[in-house]
Amino acid sequence: MTKTTYKFLSQPRRVVEDRRFVAGKGHYVADYDQAGMLHIALLPCHQPAAKIDSIDTSAALAMPGVIDVVTGAELAAAIDPLMNGLDTPQVRRYPLAVGQVRYAGEWVCAVAAESRAIAEDALEKIRLETTALPFVLDAEQALQNDSPPVHPDHKSNVLLDKKFEWGPVDEDFAAADHELSFSVTWGRNSTVPIETFGVVAEWNAWEQILDVRASVQMPKYADQIARTLGLSGNQIRLHYDIDVGGSYGVKRGIKHAVLTGYLARKLHRPVRLIEDRLENMRAGDAHGPERKFDVSVAFDKDGTVRAMKMRALDNAGAYAGRAPFQLGKPIGAIVGPYRIGSVAYHALSVTTNKAAQEAVRGFGQAPTNYALETAMDRVATFLDMDRLVLRRHNLIKADEFPYLIPSGSTYDSGDYHTVIDKVLTAADYPKLVAECDRLRQSGMMAGIGIAACLEPSGGNASFEPLLNDANKTTTWMESCQLNIDALGTVTARIHTTSSGQGHETLVSTIVGEVLDLAPDDIRVTRPNSLESLPGNSPVGSRMAIMLGGAAARAAEKLKSKIITIAAHRLACDAASLDYKAGDVHAADGRKVPFSDIIEAAHRQIHKLPDGMEPGLASFDIMQVPTGGALPENGKVQMYPCYSFEFHLTLVVFDPIIGKPEIRAYYIGHDCGTVINPAIVSGMTYGGIAHGIGAALFEEFAYDDSGQLMTQSFLDYLMPSSHEVPDIQIVKHSTPSPYTVFGQKGSGESGYLGAPAAIASAINNAVAAHGICFSKLPIRISAISDAIAAATTPGNTNAVK
Amino acid sequence: MKAASFDYVRPQTLDAACDYLASAPNARIIAGGQSLVPMLAMRLARPALIVDIVHIDGLSSIHEDGNDLVVGAMVRQASALSNPLIATHVPLLAKALAHVGHPPTRTRGTIGGSVAHADPSAEIPLVAVALGATLHLRDSGSDIDFDAEDFFIGPMLTLAPPTACLYALQFPKPAGAKCGTGFHEIAPRRSDYALAAAAVHINADTNGTPQDLRLAIGGVSDFPQRLQLGLSGHDTFTNDTVTGAIDAALDGVDFVEDMHASAAYRRRVVAELARRAIQDALHELGRSL
Amino acid sequence: MDITLKINNKDISASVEARLSLLDFIRDIAGLKGTHAGCEHGVCGACTILLDGEAVRGCLMLAVQAEGSAITTIEAVNGAAHPVGELGVIQDAFCETHGLQCGYCTPGMVLAAQALLKHNPTPTRDQARDAISGNICRCTGYVQIIDAIMVAAERLQGPNQPADQTQ
Repeated sequence: MTKTTYKFLSQPRRVVEDRRFVAGKGHYVADYDQAGMLHIALLPCHQPAAKIDSIDTSAALAMPGVIDVVTGAELAAAIDPLMNGLDTPQVRRYPLAVGQVRYAGEWVCAVAAESRAIAEDALEKIRLETTALPFVLDAEQALQNDSPPVHPDHKSNVLLDKKFEWGPVDEDFAAADHELSFSVTWGRNSTVPIETFGVVAEWNAWEQILDVRASVQMPKYADQIARTLGLSGNQIRLHYDIDVGGSYGVKRGIKHAVLTGYLARKLHRPVRLIEDRLENMRAGDAHGPERKFDVSVAFDKDGTVRAMKMRALDNAGAYAGRAPFQLGKPIGAIVGPYRIGSVAYHALSVTTNKAAQEAVRGFGQAPTNYALETAMDRVATFLDMDRLVLRRHNLIKADEFPYLIPSGSTYDSGDYHTVIDKVLTAADYPKLVAECDRLRQSGMMAGIGIAACLEPSGGNASFEPLLNDANKTTTWMESCQLNIDALGTVTARIHTTSSGQGHETLVSTIVGEVLDLAPDDIRVTRPNSLESLPGNSPVGSRMAIMLGGAAARAAEKLKSKIITIAAHRLACDAASLDYKAGDVHAADGRKVPFSDIIEAAHRQIHKLPDGMEPGLASFDIMQVPTGGALPENGKVQMYPCYSFEFHLTLVVFDPIIGKPEIRAYYIGHDCGTVINPAIVSGMTYGGIAHGIGAALFEEFAYDDSGQLMTQSFLDYLMPSSHEVPDIQIVKHSTPSPYTVFGQKGSGESGYLGAPAAIASAINNAVAAHGICFSKLPIRISAISDAIAAATTPGNTNAVK
Repeated sequence: MKAASFDYVRPQTLDAACDYLASAPNARIIAGGQSLVPMLAMRLARPALIVDIVHIDGLSSIHEDGNDLVVGAMVRQASALSNPLIATHVPLLAKALAHVGHPPTRTRGTIGGSVAHADPSAEIPLVAVALGATLHLRDSGSDIDFDAEDFFIGPMLTLAPPTACLYALQFPKPAGAKCGTGFHEIAPRRSDYALAAAAVHINADTNGTPQDLRLAIGGVSDFPQRLQLGLSGHDTFTNDTVTGAIDAALDGVDFVEDMHASAAYRRRVVAELARRAIQDALHELGRSL
Repeated sequence: MDITLKINNKDISASVEARLSLLDFIRDIAGLKGTHAGCEHGVCGACTILLDGEAVRGCLMLAVQAEGSAITTIEAVNGAAHPVGELGVIQDAFCETHGLQCGYCTPGMVLAAQALLKHNPTPTRDQARDAISGNICRCTGYVQIIDAIMVAAERLQGPNQPADQTQ
């Protein structure tokens, strides 16, 4: 059903959610008040590794207003450890430290009190006795057999050590003209929403239901809470109508929900845990990938990149969390947009005494793209070839789709060369180059950065069975329910929280398109989990494809029923009828108006075909396109759709000050059919802002004694409006053949390529001095120091 | 991040404020609160008593006093930024204020509060040092003065006794027929804590010939400090003499090294900022390096 | 301490601890949830309110310091000019350009825009950028927010605008 013009799709339309937010009428979890609610504060231990000898909570418990103080020992005796996606049963995680502290800032006790202030007062009265243990912070050291194991029962710090070989890698390396190797490091950073994670849990002992309200973005959240607390699936009522103040992957909230759920059942009062910013940055749902790439590429003198070897070592922190799987998702686009014939991939995830990572936007794709694009830039430099020419030579061509990559995924569609052409035209590329030269001649450092990369979308998370043989999951579904009521108005139900992606707008637009009814008249609601059909949350850039798909299919079912009712009324063949805005027209001019159909469906069963159910309701539970198979021989089809982005940027800085200014920024973006233009462009701008942060400013930095140096926004620096320039988006659309309207995902756009593009620009600027930066973020001090070292007379050492 | 408990009082006079400061072992003054309140929230500061001086008369005035301009400690930064007396008589302060925080923090933050808080990266203390301002405090019933150049002794550390309250800052008006000023700072993002900052004031005669040059640097070490360049009005201010003098003067400075910038960076950049600030000041006098 | 704060033209009296922040008073005592806590240390700007018409950070004031001032929150940003359910010009402009996504920083942004346009009704794009530079947004990359401010400025210059009723 891929048409080129739509009535509502791709048309400018206001995002319906915006209205309540600009009025200050969002419903965030911290807005929820309930009589008798208790407030949690968490006691951190600031040692990177320590045995817990004793915890004396008596003075805290004696304070007025303090109701309970919980330790990890109490939790471990009462509940199961949090679910672990890998087969590492000895790596156990509870909401609070059990027996041992594993990173500085880890939560050791939870105080439940009548107010947050009292709870924090009580923390200061808790006496914690510990004995320091050896600790390890560096991932390479953690790999060594003699490194102190973060989980002694696991015997080592290796969570994942898996090698893949797709294609004849050694032969391709041997046959190639050249090879080069390099390393790059993606510093530990993340997307840090302005709203921290929060949850309120209430236990109704009479109805045996645990109500959970949370600022969360987590598939199977209710299931995991149930399993960990030993409750049955229909004892958890998760409320999807909580607005989430930004997540971009990180808000998984499982330890918080388990803790508050446990306390709610124990204390018989609603329990609320809102991370304050210190709890969040040190130990909450906050940290993201920290990854070192060692890459070798084999290429010919004409620039053809034949093969690649990539070792990706990720510093997971003290617990597994989602970190290891963020090494698996990039396998679905391991060659980027290029025609690389064979790949060897070594995925390593290790525990260290740092905070655990959560999932971050792109789920490991942005760091991997940084490594891939660095490879392309380095090959170009080696061959003294223009970086654009080299890329064009290697990019998959428009007529080669669907394109099967060595690791088993098929790229659905694309026209990378056209997107690049459009960007170069929009930017007046020769003029940009001339401007760069002019700036250099004036004494400034200036560089042009480029990055070409893919956004796998659709959320087929088959990297889970790929990395864990015991996991046999192949279903990644989403659902939507529709009802046309007795007054003829349409209501849709979606089964997820949203954090700004505009899902209500997405669904009302699509349902309006299919039913040819005004989207603004279509209401979208969010029932709770007990009233919902299965889904997988907005992860993996999947909702345009999956929620949009389920909504469209549910709407098609309604449309079909409407036509069938009319066909019965007109005593003619349904196929001969024309549907328009709810009315059904026959070729001979007769018409059954929408109002009649409603009346018949709701009140006149005698006018319906025999056996037809009354009402006008439908639902659809949709499986991800192209999914459904388990991995074989280390290969599997992952995400169904691949959006493409091409970044072009001009960065300028003074050689002494070293502070990069982004002078121009262009991004070509192809996500297939666009459902709402403003939502997509907003995502792209926001993704680039996240990328600027990752490239230049943001890092969860630890010192050598294992202390987190960036515990607040005073040191974890995020781009303000001064650091994000005006950006020009250049649009293109190659629809996907696998989705209802040809739409692909765009939830990660901009973020996936911006760090690579900015690093590319800075390196382009400093290349003449023999300097190359290979770690993000690139701070102004590092830039200035490297230039000073390279230009000091007598100093011939280039800084790597 | 909720503060630890404290008592709160609103004295109507300066001496009453001082009495309160003396009455509790760790009492603190709150002026604008933009620096103090985050410290309270993080429990880095745990005063038993907070003394709010907002109701004390006379702390918000700006008036001329002979060769000086006297700025009350409670003058809000936003108000100072748009004040014509400051623009005329303390142009260096006007320049620096544009770099202080953001508009919402300038609405509440005060000139005196920033000086009393003494963050090594703060702009107003740097200007006070550059100009040799006199700081007027009240302590146990008497007035005590400090020269800004001596006042700041460490990060968030000043010579102010814990029982004293800063009530006015006395800035010298430009001493010559003409003056030129320059202010530059570098931070990772605009309005972050400065990694390096330089403030320059040059008094000149009617021809614009520099009579004396005052330079101070901040953000690079534990407190803002003057750099004595040893250049007199008879010297030709060339790029070489200035950069040479700056470089020599920086030898005596202890540069901070942290995750945001190396010591070498701070030294290199503050030298460049000082040079630019001098250049700006000379430009205002119709001259150049 | 017994204090009375004037919030959105209404006097609200309560007995509070001196340590209670203005933000917490607004949310927990006045029950106005539109002002948000993002960092509680004065960096993110999500807690922005108008104090005597000027934008300030609610987390950087003690409630007791706010006695005697008039506080305006997002709930009353339009004053009496627009009834409940009707968006003001600035809010409408944010909807027009989709200058938000999750909405968490949005009240702070709208108030920062309001404060700017009061002082400078015809800002340049750079001035609009500067006016929101103390408000961190993680969703939008700011571009469509700046677009909203420019649209609002243009519309407020147009004819037949209601007088600003806020303090």
